[in-house]
Amino acid sequence: MPNLNPKKTPMPEQDPAVRRRNFSEVALGYTEEMAVQEAQRCLQCKNAPCMNGCPVNVHIPAFLRHVAAGEMEEAYQTIVETNSLPAVCGRVCPQETQCESKCVRGIKGEPVGIGRLERYVADWAMAHRGETAARPQRNGRKVAVIGAGPAGLTCAGDLAALGYEVTVFEALHAAGGVLMYGIPEFRLPKEIVQKEVRRLEALGVEVKTDMVMGKVLSVDDVFEMGYEAVFLGTGAGLPSFMGIPGEGLVGVYSANEFLTRINLMKAYLDEYDTPIVRPKRVAVCGGGNVAMDAARSALRLGAEEVSVVYRRAEEQMPARKEEIHHAKEEGVVFRLLSNPVAVHGGEDGRVTSLECIRMELGEPDASGRRRPVAIPGSEFSLPVDCVIMAIGNSPNPLIRTTTTGIEADRHGCLIVNEETLQTTREGVYAGGDAVTGAATVILAMGEGKRAAASIDRYLREKRA
Amino acid sequence: MFPIVKKRRLNDSMTLMVVKAPFVAKKAKAGQFIILRVNETGERIPLTVADYDRENGTVTIIYQKVGKTTRLLDTLEEGDALLDFIGPLGKASELEGRRHVAVIGGGAGCAIAYPQAKALHEMGTPVDMIAGFRNKDIVFMEDEMRAACDRLIVMTDDGSNGNKGLVTDALRRQIEAGADYDLVVAIGPMIMMKFVCDLTKEYGIQTMISMNPIMIDGTGMCGGCRLTVGGKTKFACVDGPDFDGHQVDFDEAMARLRTYREQEAASDREFCRLMEGAEHA
Repeated sequence: MPNLNPKKTPMPEQDPAVRRRNFSEVALGYTEEMAVQEAQRCLQCKNAPCMNGCPVNVHIPAFLRHVAAGEMEEAYQTIVETNSLPAVCGRVCPQETQCESKCVRGIKGEPVGIGRLERYVADWAMAHRGETAARPQRNGRKVAVIGAGPAGLTCAGDLAALGYEVTVFEALHAAGGVLMYGIPEFRLPKEIVQKEVRRLEALGVEVKTDMVMGKVLSVDDVFEMGYEAVFLGTGAGLPSFMGIPGEGLVGVYSANEFLTRINLMKAYLDEYDTPIVRPKRVAVCGGGNVAMDAARSALRLGAEEVSVVYRRAEEQMPARKEEIHHAKEEGVVFRLLSNPVAVHGGEDGRVTSLECIRMELGEPDASGRRRPVAIPGSEFSLPVDCVIMAIGNSPNPLIRTTTTGIEADRHGCLIVNEETLQTTREGVYAGGDAVTGAATVILAMGEGKRAAASIDRYLREKRA
Repeated sequence: MFPIVKKRRLNDSMTLMVVKAPFVAKKAKAGQFIILRVNETGERIPLTVADYDRENGTVTIIYQKVGKTTRLLDTLEEGDALLDFIGPLGKASELEGRRHVAVIGGGAGCAIAYPQAKALHEMGTPVDMIAGFRNKDIVFMEDEMRAACDRLIVMTDDGSNGNKGLVTDALRRQIEAGADYDLVVAIGPMIMMKFVCDLTKEYGIQTMISMNPIMIDGTGMCGGCRLTVGGKTKFACVDGPDFDGHQVDFDEAMARLRTYREQEAASDREFCRLMEGAEHA
């Protein structure tokens, strides 16, 4: 008999008044009792609509059945059959638009908390299983993965499980990509990311950090070194600026820089040398998850007032609902239907204010969202000492500009065969934000997974 | 880890280090830079590639002790190792096809100007080098510089080497005396590069400068190193570090370089205090 409670078992969280000043994780995770109780809400639908909502097709009803029965090891094995980074996905996937959006329990109440349960199982495994993994039989064939973000790590994990000798080349000094430099500690503890990476290493994946591919080695070099296929998971790491006056002032950050200083370089910890401006009044431009992360991080650095400036209305904000909700709880001010037009500074070159203009929603644009239109004469000024641009990222051109035969579209996104994810060059595959432009962790993982299957097929056919 | 195979003091604040980094050494070119991290809690700092040895797999860097990170770096000795050493980053300098070049180095900048002069000299391009220092006691690599150009002029602020004046004084004299430079390469403190550019603008001589702004990743990801060149935003790490000096907004670049001045000074004071404590212990 399933648990008929129409609501999800609530997630224990840090009190907003406390957590807005610390970097510890906001959501504290279920206890075993809560997990079992929540898993018992699953109706075990035969057709499993939830699975269709999952980019990596986790066998959701099966793992929930194990959780409901208290069989955590079995639940974990079920998840990792298709998902290389469960502790990450359980925390950062937009379940509301994926698995949970298809859950039958969601029709008359709240869907089963699939994400929370995935997190529970992954954390249970980290606590109880250590970082060992059974090393698969090696087949002696080498594959190179460029970029140790969600797409690259997933691709590497799947290929290693198939027996390939996989080397992941990472530009930064730590593997994880956006999971390390972008998503803050309070949403995704870095130790969890590193544990997932170590688990992949235990599986036989070799991770080489400090390798800026395209500069230190070209794709041609990689083939010459004996790698038979290459996966490009280089992400969308090139920050966009608005092109408004004053963006060069001191105190204007790209969200990438602000978050990297905090997350990868740990500027919030005294023992680290990384400097960061500790602002009093902050404006974050943009309405996505990155904007929420930047705003909430600014609060945690001690800012007195943090505003999110977004040119459309709340309904159009691309951020996860939970992130918006958490940001509001913590006291982030939302200045919606407002668009920055200029950053102003003092004689010392430091930011003093952000000038904005009010917007109204007009006719729908190409994206189907109503286009925001400026209201003439409605300019207003926000006194701030820090402006963070979180308006998007485009793919980094380092690889394609140093490699022949890899083509991109006019946005810089790599062109791939939609079915196989092979780029315009044989043996070179690509996936994740490098192909789609900035999207989500789980979509990138889904592509990494598909690319791994394609690479396996390609290499088996090549030999045959 | 990247072992330090050689360390040599150039003067009381400048040090040369040869670091084993075979992948970087294999690809490095004049004008490119590396990013290093001394230890886990350390900053990532960019330093220009001063030289490289492809056969031995080493890269030479030269640094000036200006703050905590460079002082920390300076505590390492031959046989120690750097935690991270990443590169080669940025675009290589475009030096081909020149008639006559003046390479100008200011203080620590001479360490970066030197490989440019050397590269030009090896190509057979006539090259004069003007090096500026505060006084004669801190002049370094004079023999190397002399060997890397057709004419070396060393200027000192206080005239202690018998040649008092700024690098711009020497440059103006050279131009007035008929040197037909079609390129000036200026590397040194931002203010020096700015004044060199003001001068060469008068004479209509193209001027290339090398920017060394604050950066984190060096791959175009953070945008912290951005500067305005000809009214457009450029990233020094991927679009540079060399830029047309006549197009650069120096005032903005100088303000950006001062972003963390207070924090840097505090961190440096704290580190010096700790080091003194250690010496007295």
